[in-house]
Amino acid sequence: MTAAKSDLPQGTLDLLILKVVALGPVHGYAIAQRLQQVSRDVVQVPQGSLYPALHRLENRSLLAAEWKETETGRDAKFYRLTRKGRAQLETEAASWQRLTEAVGLILGMAEGGTQ
Amino acid sequence: MTWWQRLWRRRQLEEQLEKELRFHLDQHTTDLIARGYDPEEARRQARLAFGGPEQVKEECRDARGTRWLEDLLQDFRYAVRTLRQRPGFAPVALLTLALGTGATTVMFTVVNGVLLKPLPYPEPNRLVTLDEQTEKVTSPIWGNLWAFAYPNFLDCKRESRSLDLAAWRYSGGTVSEHGEAEYVSGRQISSELFSVLGIPPSRGRAFLPEEDRRGAAPVIIVNYGLWQRLFAGSPGAVGRSLVLDEKPYTIVGITPPGFRFGGEEPSVFTPLGQDPSPNMQNRDRHPGINVLARLRPGVTLAEAQTELALIGRHLAAQYPESNAGRTFVAQPLRPDVGDVRSTLWLLLGAVSLVLLIACVNVASLLLARAVSRERELAMRVALGASRSRLVRQCLTESAVLGLSGGLLGVWLAAMGISPFVAFWPGSLPRAEEVGLDWHVLLFAIAVSLLSGLLFGLAPALRVPVRELEQVLRAGARTVAGTSRRLHSGFVISEIALAVVLLVSAGMLGRALLRLSALDPGFDFRNVLAARMALSTDVLANPAQIRAAWQDVLDHARRVPGVQSVATVDTVPMREGSNRVPYWTTPAVPPPSEQPLALANSVTPDYLKVMGIPLLKGRFFDDHDRLGNELVVVIDDVLAQRAFGGQDPIGKRLWLPDTGSPFSSGATGPDVVRVVGVVRHVRYWGLASDDQAQVRAQFYYPFAQVPDPLMRRWSELMSIAVRTSIPPLNVVEPLRRELRGATGGAPGDQALYEVRTMEQLVSASLARQRFLLLLFGIFAGLALLLACVGIYGVLAYLTGQRVPEFGVRMALGASAGDVLWLVLRQSLGMIFVGVGVGIAGALAAGRLLEHLVDGMRPAEPLTFAIMIPVLVVAALFASFLPARRASRVDPMSALRQE
Repeated sequence: MTAAKSDLPQGTLDLLILKVVALGPVHGYAIAQRLQQVSRDVVQVPQGSLYPALHRLENRSLLAAEWKETETGRDAKFYRLTRKGRAQLETEAASWQRLTEAVGLILGMAEGGTQ
Repeated sequence: MTWWQRLWRRRQLEEQLEKELRFHLDQHTTDLIARGYDPEEARRQARLAFGGPEQVKEECRDARGTRWLEDLLQDFRYAVRTLRQRPGFAPVALLTLALGTGATTVMFTVVNGVLLKPLPYPEPNRLVTLDEQTEKVTSPIWGNLWAFAYPNFLDCKRESRSLDLAAWRYSGGTVSEHGEAEYVSGRQISSELFSVLGIPPSRGRAFLPEEDRRGAAPVIIVNYGLWQRLFAGSPGAVGRSLVLDEKPYTIVGITPPGFRFGGEEPSVFTPLGQDPSPNMQNRDRHPGINVLARLRPGVTLAEAQTELALIGRHLAAQYPESNAGRTFVAQPLRPDVGDVRSTLWLLLGAVSLVLLIACVNVASLLLARAVSRERELAMRVALGASRSRLVRQCLTESAVLGLSGGLLGVWLAAMGISPFVAFWPGSLPRAEEVGLDWHVLLFAIAVSLLSGLLFGLAPALRVPVRELEQVLRAGARTVAGTSRRLHSGFVISEIALAVVLLVSAGMLGRALLRLSALDPGFDFRNVLAARMALSTDVLANPAQIRAAWQDVLDHARRVPGVQSVATVDTVPMREGSNRVPYWTTPAVPPPSEQPLALANSVTPDYLKVMGIPLLKGRFFDDHDRLGNELVVVIDDVLAQRAFGGQDPIGKRLWLPDTGSPFSSGATGPDVVRVVGVVRHVRYWGLASDDQAQVRAQFYYPFAQVPDPLMRRWSELMSIAVRTSIPPLNVVEPLRRELRGATGGAPGDQALYEVRTMEQLVSASLARQRFLLLLFGIFAGLALLLACVGIYGVLAYLTGQRVPEFGVRMALGASAGDVLWLVLRQSLGMIFVGVGVGIAGALAAGRLLEHLVDGMRPAEPLTFAIMIPVLVVAALFASFLPARRASRVDPMSALRQE
């Protein structure tokens, strides 16, 4: 682990997973890959901790899962968003947006004060 | 997927989890190989990125949300395994618990059936009883409540929009056409009764409104039992005729099997409206009927009350002579169970003490085990088990024990209930309702879980948290001080509980001894009493009735073995009494202040039959008849109350016309002259007479009962005979002899409710005897359990102290010293327990005194007898472990360390 990479804030992993799955049915390994690519290796997601999160979301009926064949002909567990999951994604994304804007605003103000 | 599906398909889920994770690793490896890593290195990199697969799996399992259940299952299996590992412990604990919960469940089953279950009608909480209510209190017994007058009932029924009313009255008669003449109990009912109760006849129909009035064709509804007995359950019985009191009725309906009314199973029902007696139509001086009603849908009791009060006001305005100041009130209909209530709660209380002792016993056994497992638990805490997890495991273990004990207990209870009910003295009211149902099962489960929690808590709380190191380092044989204190606490509470039960049993035993030694006031040996139903033709006319009674006495005297015979309207110690107000001056105070006495109309030979001693003056003779001066004979209690130290002979009593048995409707009190004083008879039974509200008694000649009351009195009359042979031997000859003793009138007569006075006297103590027996059993059980408990605890404690004893003996202590050491320890616990127990027993004694007639406050003698029993038993139980300790070989004991 390098110093440039940071840990995920509490609870954001669920949001990220929901966002990735929203793009279409996808299996666990692909989610891990996509998270890594999209975040350009800034965010370090321990690949193992992805699965408990996936299972938790599945139990809460935010995700639904199905066993399907991949292009390479192997059986994999594909996750997709449920209606409830989509609603959850929207509210959480919105509240995240509000939070980051507020945090950015406060940080910007503080910098202005020191100049 | 619901949580139980997840639980159910655990294996499948595990496989899928494994497969999913393997796919991830394989895929990653493949990708890395594609990027140019060599296969071995690629696999390593993939695993590194993934993290520990077992930890990931564990976290995924946690995410399922069924973890607690899986733990529970695991704990459960572990509990069963450990219990099976200790073949000595499990059976003792299970048996103890099964006895405790079993006995408690039996008692609760009876309480549930008799006291808690609703009445056996649809929507029983909508049923109410109605009474008339006057403004002033008129009687010390009934307060201001009165039975309904029939015309008032008809008015209420017509006016009320909130209630459906029905009326009924006790009746009965002699059924004579089919086989032997037989007296059957019955009710006169209004046509609505069955529909108000919500139970239609199972065959035929209920009465029609037009049958419920005078002059209608006589119709009758018979109950299932009589239908089976007389008609062998033939479907053709509806429409056939039944002769009741010489009058043919047409059977129109048959009640469903087991139909009960007012706690009894009346055999026949006739329309109330057909009752021919003229005073039935009075609003004043009426015979009185009972009214019950069902609230119409959507109506509350309060609304019905308001409406009844309104109807009452209307009637008071319309009939001021009879109804002024009179209104109507409704109360919820409740099963009538008499004084059984307190007996049942008392027994349930006693049996829960036994259960408590059982719990304490098992707790001390479990605690002993927990102490020896302390190091194991400390080790597991050290290895990272959370405290709550270990507490949960301990509690699961005791819950398993409690539930299996409870299951055994329910099985015992299921076997024990019917013998118990059959054993109840007299007949248990609502006995038909007593049985296992889901209430009982719920109760048993709750009791077993609760007791499991109770005895599992102490060991569970011993799960170590701090000073682990010390626990782990300490020798296996060290007993922590807290454990010893807890153990003696258990022994002390067991002894205290046993003392409470033993002293209660002792109190009951002494009370029973004292009560059975009481003089009932008459000679109850060789006396028979039976009710007599005269033929209807006889009852038609007072002269005929007098002739018939004379004929009955003459016939009865002729039966071989009969020495003397008398008629009597209320037999001592049997149900029924006639309470009459009296006064000693012509200025009679208002009814609520008039003292009451039990009045009994008898024929001259009554004293001879009952063997009641005459103290002063004379008893009645043939001159005391209608037209001569009215006379009474009083008992010593009435003599003392009314005349103090003065000689009562020749004094007069004034009997207010409202209650006088001589009153024939004349105004003003009747004046009677006292001609004799006899010994007080324990009319209410050996146990209850001292506490009875009305104790004073007087007798008056049956021959002086006026004509208008003759019929009513004769319906209640019994005959009593003194015999020279065992009284039950004269029953059949007497029955045959009296069937036709009608003084010349046609018709059949029947004897019923035949009892010997000995039976009645003995039955008057049945409750005390029954309570004594059960308390004796409970106390014995408590003693046994307490001894087992003391033995177990001491055996454990001394076992832990073996090395210490070894040291002591090596330093010169003798076997006797060690024996004394152990006994002293147990004596300390026993004495504290006895002290606590005495306090508890005093409280229990007060309760018993309050609830059981004839109990005296706990006497020192009771304690002096019962407590040594316990101390000796407890010492015996501690002697065995003490002796074993004294025989310790010092060398081998020291080597154990």
